[in-house]
Amino acid sequence: MKTFASFGPANRIARTEETHPLTWRLRDDGQPVWLEEYQQKNGYTAARKALLDMAQADIVNTVKTSGLKGRGGAGFPTGVKWSLMPADESLNIRYLLCNADEMEPNTWKDRLLMEQLPHLLIEGMLISARALKAYRGYIFLRGEYVDAARHLNRAIDEAKAAGLLGSNILGSGFDFELFVHTGAGRYICGEETALINSLEGRRANPRAKPPFPAAVGVWGKPTCVNNVETLCNVPAIVGNGVQWYTGLARPDSGDHGTKLMGFSGKVKNPGIWELPFGITARELFEEYAGGMRDGFTLKCWQPGGAGTGFLLPEHLEAQMYSGGIGKVGTRMGTGLALAVDHTISMVSLLRNMEEFFARESCGWCTPCRDGLPWSVKTLRALERGEGRPEDLEVLARLVDFLGPGKTFCAHAPGAVEPLGSAIKYFRSEFEAGISPAAAVGKPGAEFVQA
Amino acid sequence: MTTLIKTDRFVLSDAERAAIEHEMHHYEDPRAASIEALKIVQQARGWVPDGAADAIGEVLGIPASDVEGVATFYSQIFRQPVGRHIIRVCDSMTCYIGGHESILGSIKSQLGIGPGQTTSDDRFTLLPVCCLGNCDKAPALMIDDDTFGDVTADSVAALLEAYP
Repeated sequence: MKTFASFGPANRIARTEETHPLTWRLRDDGQPVWLEEYQQKNGYTAARKALLDMAQADIVNTVKTSGLKGRGGAGFPTGVKWSLMPADESLNIRYLLCNADEMEPNTWKDRLLMEQLPHLLIEGMLISARALKAYRGYIFLRGEYVDAARHLNRAIDEAKAAGLLGSNILGSGFDFELFVHTGAGRYICGEETALINSLEGRRANPRAKPPFPAAVGVWGKPTCVNNVETLCNVPAIVGNGVQWYTGLARPDSGDHGTKLMGFSGKVKNPGIWELPFGITARELFEEYAGGMRDGFTLKCWQPGGAGTGFLLPEHLEAQMYSGGIGKVGTRMGTGLALAVDHTISMVSLLRNMEEFFARESCGWCTPCRDGLPWSVKTLRALERGEGRPEDLEVLARLVDFLGPGKTFCAHAPGAVEPLGSAIKYFRSEFEAGISPAAAVGKPGAEFVQA
Repeated sequence: MTTLIKTDRFVLSDAERAAIEHEMHHYEDPRAASIEALKIVQQARGWVPDGAADAIGEVLGIPASDVEGVATFYSQIFRQPVGRHIIRVCDSMTCYIGGHESILGSIKSQLGIGPGQTTSDDRFTLLPVCCLGNCDKAPALMIDDDTFGDVTADSVAALLEAYP
């Protein structure tokens, strides 16, 4: 048995060109859609329109008015990010970077797009590069995604041979080169300024902001970094227009378009599906994921990756868009939810998560480098039933000291968001880890030999 | 009496040098090829030996200390010898829920190694890895470039068989 074709569920739901702009071209057999088939399915018609019939500023405005937001987890408006690129025409070396360093735990949406629809990403990057006046693009791909690397490189070769990459693309006079750059591990490379450092061949420590990459990016040049799924939205927006795009989501959703959403854990049908923003988490959980497997009950869930907070079953009524999940106290993140079942200890689960975050800290700033291992040590003690009475206070302080605005990048705030929410909803499980002996012992008593 | 231990100076092969020089041209600054250069050396030799940093630094025109700094930062660059096959067990919370700790236990009992260790016959090295993006098939693991999902403590032995 070798590497398998994945993503059965995404390929099995009914999909149309009008309602599923990201996934309607997927094949039922899960094999990649190569150039000939992609073009038969209207591929590169949006690129033709963007390069031959639209002014550069029109493309930016179209994406801006569409309300497209970044799909990497932070949800920053893409059009706004694009407009931060300098107007000064003399700054003529500009870069477009695709953040394909997908390592967020419980997230596997970009892998689907890159493995099965490599030309959709290339077309999205071509149109975006035209809009940003970038002459060169890099897809920063994590090293473990070996199939995605192979498929993207083959698709780039096909596009070059067909005159869709290179010089004077489609006779428009626009030149664009695209390279796949594979990483060498470390979760922090997904942070956009760390990604830039890594691309430059440095240690992946995040950079101070400002200046933002739009002003000073890779090799000091104006640079735009967008997520895979974000860029894959661009062709349909440009091709079908803003009015069509804003009609995709549920009417009461604050975000526009569709999103690759998922559910995993002990659910009946774990998977990912392209769904309109604004559906409730309950629809996602029950109608798509099929609810919990027999014998398991839902204890809590996370809406979108390790860096989002835990929510209770009653919160499944929340709508899947940034404001909808925001109302119940956390972030939508990547939109790929995780079900935690009744057999799982929250202390042990958080110990596992904080071990990951502590290992992946780049070590640059003190709160993150020292605080995360401290949380691991404390959680391990609680897990063994050897916690001290003050341990919950220690954890609460770490949640505060490692929170937003107190660290160099978003790594530590992402690490303590699930911790804070787990203590809030399941405090008694953490308290149960405090040792009765420690409650009466003096600090340091364990070092004294009997 | 102190004995001088003489070690052979590290020399890049012609093929390695050519591959590194080819990579340099994809970037505005040769430094950007440093990670790829380390991967090229590792591919040929299984790991990055002492002295490689000097040789790579010389080709790229950057200090050896910078190359070493990069080599020790990234988890897929090995600065000590590893086994012929690398086992990477996903330790995301999704695989935790899926039971990845029982996979680690099974590997420990079969091969006698924990994360970060290599078997005494140099056949396997076991490493932890960030989410492999196979969450619908948790727990997942990779052996070399092959990814496996829905792995169980019992099925690991059969998977390992295929990697002599």
